[in-house]
Amino acid sequence: MTPHRILIAKPGLDGHDRGAKVIVRALRDAGFEVIYTGIRQTPEMIAATALQEDVAAVGLSLLSGAHLTLFPRVVDLMKKEGLGSVLVFGGGIIPDEDVAALKKKGVAGVFGPGTPTDDIVAFLRARLDAAPAPTPKRRAAKR
Amino acid sequence: MARALTVVTEERPGHEALSRAFFADSGRAHTVGLCGSPGSGKSSLINRLVAAARAEGRTVAVLAVDPTSAFTGGAFLGDRLRIQEHALDAGVFMRSLATRGMMGGLNATIFAAIHVLEAAGYGRIIVETVGTGQDEVDVAEVVDTVVCVSAPYQGDEFQAMKAGTMEIGDVFAVNKADLPEVERAVAMLKDALSLAPRRDGGWAPRVAPVSALSGLGVPGLCADVEAHRAHLEASGELAGRRRRQLRRELALVIARRLTRDAMDRVTDRHIDMLAGKTSDPVTLGGRLTSGRA
Ligand SMILES: Nc1nc2c(ncn2[C@@H]2O[C@H](COP(=O)(O)OP(=O)(O)OP(=O)(O)O)[C@@H](O)[C@H]2O)c(=O)[nH]1
Ligand SMILES: [Mg+2]
Repeated sequence: MTPHRILIAKPGLDGHDRGAKVIVRALRDAGFEVIYTGIRQTPEMIAATALQEDVAAVGLSLLSGAHLTLFPRVVDLMKKEGLGSVLVFGGGIIPDEDVAALKKKGVAGVFGPGTPTDDIVAFLRARLDAAPAPTPKRRAAKR
Repeated sequence: MARALTVVTEERPGHEALSRAFFADSGRAHTVGLCGSPGSGKSSLINRLVAAARAEGRTVAVLAVDPTSAFTGGAFLGDRLRIQEHALDAGVFMRSLATRGMMGGLNATIFAAIHVLEAAGYGRIIVETVGTGQDEVDVAEVVDTVVCVSAPYQGDEFQAMKAGTMEIGDVFAVNKADLPEVERAVAMLKDALSLAPRRDGGWAPRVAPVSALSGLGVPGLCADVEAHRAHLEASGELAGRRRRQLRRELALVIARRLTRDAMDRVTDRHIDMLAGKTSDPVTLGGRLTSGRA
């Protein structure tokens, strides 16, 4: 099976992407193909990139506190692009009371600061391996 | 189209039928490949080339290859970082690809991916190879025009004499011309190229200092790429290159099928035979690839 492709994106205006880089590195080491687009991405850029790269999941990283508006905006734009089945997850400084609201808006996983990267890997494996993209069937006629 | 690219690059069910259909439309685009050491500025230059093509009203597609980790199978695909300013331009399409175990700085499905983009109407397709430097000969058998990117402080005249990119470049972009020492790098490269025998078709490789950072020299680089394309057509060399590409494409499909079929037949029994020295890799490998094991 080919590795799952994951887009890691940083919406919003904050310029600190250490957290995003830690995730990128951890996912790469866990065997994912990770596309990183850098800081200050608009929700439109993220949705367009998810479409062109045809990723299985989009991870959003945000420290600035605008997650309640930006994360759902990405989800909505992706739906508009026909990417409703793509897994969206998010991380950063997100207060517990916002988690339910984000989940309701279609953010499948929310990870606060200090979440071990293993938890994120496990989340992705559970969600993506369980419902895999149609994988090439081994040829029926095995000699 | 994004989905079709996935089907062919991941060899998902139906990829063979798709590839067959897309092949009918192939050969219409001008393909340009950028190679050169990691960090020399290939992606940054592509960003400039894309902007230039868009300024002329042309659509452009980019396939950017980054290495797969041999240990984890994962990959960090970071070329988009430099090209992301075009993310919202409907006339620009970009797909990042991992090498997935293929040597030569490319991906085994690169031709199929190019054909999808051609069928979608992109007349200019830019391919960025993994920046491995001296072992990127493959790209010369994949694209029409090869741009070798280097930067100052990347070695002396002896690097230029080693086999590899020096032999395949049609255009040499000495990037980071905003830094000192660029003239020395350009002079060294020209000198090394002057030692090389003139190649078929009479094209003398061009050497141009550029800066992806400041934009200096970018129009000249674009002109060199166009000039090379025009030369390919005028000299008739294009047909030869296309035949070379077709040969390469066929070889890739054959290699892939043979390895996959043979690997599918490998069982623990074969490893037992090797461990117990009742057979050896040469004999077994020969039998497996000819379907007799
Ligand atoms: N000073 C200067 N820096 C540049 C220039 N072009 C690129 N860089 C910098 O060089 C670094 C590498 O640039 P990339 O465009 O990512 O290089 P690349 O060849 O695509 O790298 P890989 O894909 O990793 O092989 C970045 O930090 C760029 O900002 C230039 O013209 N001048
Ligand atoms: Mg690059």
